[in-house]
Amino acid sequence: MGSARRRALLLVVAAMIVAALPAAVPSRYVLSTLVFVALHALAALGLSLVMGFAGQVSLGQAAFFAIGAYVSGVLTASHGWNGWVALALATAAGAVTALAVGGPIFRLSGLLLAMATLGFGIIVYYVLVNWSDVTGGPSGLTGIPPLAIGGFRFDTDARVFRLAWGALLLVLWLTGNLVDSRVGRALRAVAASEAAAEAAGIHAARLKLGVFALAGAITALAGGLYAHYVAFINPSPFGFAYSVELVVMVVLGGVASLWGAVLGAAAVVALVEILRAALPALTASHGAAEYEIVVFGLILMVFMIFLPAGLSGGRRPA
Amino acid sequence: MLDGVPQYLASGLVVGGIYALIGLGFVIVFSVTRIVNFAQGEFVMLGALLMVTWQARGLGTPAAFVLTVLVVAAVGAVLERVAVRPLRRASGLSVLILTIGAAIALRGAGLVVWGTDPFAVAAFSPGPPLRIAGAVVVRQGLWVLGVAAVVFALLWWFFTRTYAGTAVRACAVNPRAARLMGIRVDRVFLLAFALSGALGAVAGAVVAPITYATYDMGLMLGLKGFVAAVLGGLVSPAGAIAGGFLLGVLESMAAGLLSSAYKDAVAFIVLIAVCLAQVTGRLPWRMVEEE
Repeated sequence: MGSARRRALLLVVAAMIVAALPAAVPSRYVLSTLVFVALHALAALGLSLVMGFAGQVSLGQAAFFAIGAYVSGVLTASHGWNGWVALALATAAGAVTALAVGGPIFRLSGLLLAMATLGFGIIVYYVLVNWSDVTGGPSGLTGIPPLAIGGFRFDTDARVFRLAWGALLLVLWLTGNLVDSRVGRALRAVAASEAAAEAAGIHAARLKLGVFALAGAITALAGGLYAHYVAFINPSPFGFAYSVELVVMVVLGGVASLWGAVLGAAAVVALVEILRAALPALTASHGAAEYEIVVFGLILMVFMIFLPAGLSGGRRPA
Repeated sequence: MLDGVPQYLASGLVVGGIYALIGLGFVIVFSVTRIVNFAQGEFVMLGALLMVTWQARGLGTPAAFVLTVLVVAAVGAVLERVAVRPLRRASGLSVLILTIGAAIALRGAGLVVWGTDPFAVAAFSPGPPLRIAGAVVVRQGLWVLGVAAVVFALLWWFFTRTYAGTAVRACAVNPRAARLMGIRVDRVFLLAFALSGALGAVAGAVVAPITYATYDMGLMLGLKGFVAAVLGGLVSPAGAIAGGFLLGVLESMAAGLLSSAYKDAVAFIVLIAVCLAQVTGRLPWRMVEEE
């Protein structure tokens, strides 16, 4: 298929850029920012599958990011497991949790589903805060080792940059293939008209649950990579605010395209960095980070009103 | 341990009155427009912080209260006119995301105007807490319940005894039929948002002396109020009131008798349970029909 070849070409070019970029960009700040773009993009990619193909909004996607980060973090930092095994288990934990939670709540639709996922996300947050024997509670978990292959440790920004972007491109390639496959056609049929798809013999509920599980796995993988990169995790970045931020990334980038999640994550991270650089003069009293939320809110409103298809254009969201 | 029960009940009812007021705001907007207005909690925050501002300018409590309610009702109306109306034909989820955006923007506005520090708000009537049937109740707690009772009575009167209130109910039952009967649905939408703004402001103004007022108080209060509304079926004002008190008491009992660590999680466990009961048909009362 033409689109498959075009996508492969795009990914190869992107992979070459990723391989070469650390040498060309000596700034640790830029590389570290780009690592976060990749991790947020991966997390948002999971959500964009749910929004784009299951036609549903998850307001608790941050919980999967947290599950990935904590499973991988606890297994390596507290129990000394191999990082890759822990990361694989973290990814699986995301999928299993999504199946367990999604089994009942995906029988809901629209609003009720959004609300149930919101409840789920907040409950996970409270568990992280209160289950301090395992999670370290509000003060968090320290000493998460970087991933390593033999003696080669992913402990510099340049190395993690290649790892995170490599993972993102790999997942983009896999999900791209999925979208172009028979399953993907079924998903698009369901997104277009559930009744028509079911009439054609597609089991819509099972497909949607599958998408939710895949999304849970991808977001958890992002969380696991995040934990090994930052070495220290506590519950505060995984709250409801991050779930909303992921929705902002997907809406901003556009749900119609898988690259929309990357675009949206890059836009949000860039925006935050620009605000941090531009606002200190205005906001001497309490850090610029707090002011991001005004801009996020306005952007979300403006996009929903004027540009519902997002930056990447295409189909309207759910 | 059970000695504390009267106290937990009393505290739960006071908090429940707040949840009921907020839940009513959700119900009024949802039953007319089929929109879950995520910004409802931010109306509460605006109500609390505006009280701080007017009191600092030397206004007395009654004048500050009236002014606060009017201003936040206007904010609700502006939100409908500027943001919600252009999306009238969009799907429920698009509008949900829009109102999440509005909530974040309003919270941000609160932060820009009032900063991050919590403000103490003067109680409506000063004096030491009262002992009622073995429970210690702060005076403001009685104000919460009294104001909530007055608001419920006023709303009942409005919805059953006035032309405008009847028009709102007609729109809730069937907007198209209401339009054919000559009701201007646009105005009813506007009215519903203004009313929900006013309800949020009332909740914020009466709760602020108990909890302090901060820019980020709206998120949790809004979510709890939403759970109260869902508990009552999301389209029933009486249900939202009952749901509010039930949730308040449940939370307070759970915190007192089980563990205070998971107090805030109670509401969300209830939320998921009610959503699931809705699908499995085990809910003894009628729940929203999805569009």
